[in-house]
Amino acid sequence: MAHGFLRLDGIVPPEMNEEALAVFAAGPPSVPYGTPVPKAFPEGSFARRLVELPAVAGALESLVGPDPTVDHHFVHIREPREGSAQPLHGDAVIDLRPDAFDVQLMYYPQEVTAEMGGTLIVPGSHLRRTNESDTGRYQNLRGQTRLTCPAGTVVLLHHGIWHGGRRNDSDIVRHMYKIRFNPTVPQVRLWDTADLDAPAVREELGRGFPWYEQATGRLEILNRIRLWRALTGDPAFDIEYWATRIANRPAARRSQP
Amino acid sequence: MTMSTTVRQQVLVLYLDTSALDSRVVGWARYDGTGATRPTTGDSDEPPYETGVAALEDGWRLFQAAQLVPPYPGMEHETSFLKHEFFFEKLVSGG
Repeated sequence: MAHGFLRLDGIVPPEMNEEALAVFAAGPPSVPYGTPVPKAFPEGSFARRLVELPAVAGALESLVGPDPTVDHHFVHIREPREGSAQPLHGDAVIDLRPDAFDVQLMYYPQEVTAEMGGTLIVPGSHLRRTNESDTGRYQNLRGQTRLTCPAGTVVLLHHGIWHGGRRNDSDIVRHMYKIRFNPTVPQVRLWDTADLDAPAVREELGRGFPWYEQATGRLEILNRIRLWRALTGDPAFDIEYWATRIANRPAARRSQP
Repeated sequence: MTMSTTVRQQVLVLYLDTSALDSRVVGWARYDGTGATRPTTGDSDEPPYETGVAALEDGWRLFQAAQLVPPYPGMEHETSFLKHEFFFEKLVSGG
């Protein structure tokens, strides 16, 4: 919720990682937008086995719920010494949904070293309302994540997060397979909520990131409160009284019949 | 022999914590008109300066600062671009 992404290091078994590059070379099959997972990825296919790995399946169900549809999928390739990086961007177009989000799965079949230029991810950027690569001017932000990871790593990201493929300064072709999932059910309490009232939850939701400006960082928390209210179905949830304070209008209450 | 008098611009963009030039750097970008370096997205984790003033002290000249613009009515709580953007330059002889 606060970071906008979940990282699962090395969870894909080595034999699948070895298989992946040949699957990618053949080209993953075309999938029409909005196809249910079982139809998009037939039983036994590489993609189906990937999304059915217990750690991946569990995380996806917690985030987008049961029976998501596949928005699209694509194999991203960064050629060796290609000389440039992608501009920092959010995928698709500016997205105003207050009560739904898509999840993007990024799978790295190879070990990604710093020299290979793994994906740049900006933690906590997913609620910013910016359009695609309008953020391209921002080369570096404090606290950014320059992904390096073992083979078989999967990262699940909120659709709005600022990211970009970094320049590949190595001699190795870098592959990343991306699948975007759309929810088909309300994303309310889809995960294990046994610890919903634990202090650590509130602490995480109230965290700042090193690149946040002092004032705007407070608005980030306010917007997280609003999203958390939607995801938990708890309209009274608050952190440090941020949302409650500015909704207190005694005069408006008195004038109601 | 004619000496070239061409000067080229190096640009440093700093994003600061508040609208004050002496506040902390939270983001940065560089562009090099000499072609000697090719800065790009995600090429460093540590900012070149801790504050905007530290860049001045190192010889960078400020030529543009973001204006303070009130939020549009109804959008007071929206977050979008970084607000406190400062453009600096150095003019480098050569060519």
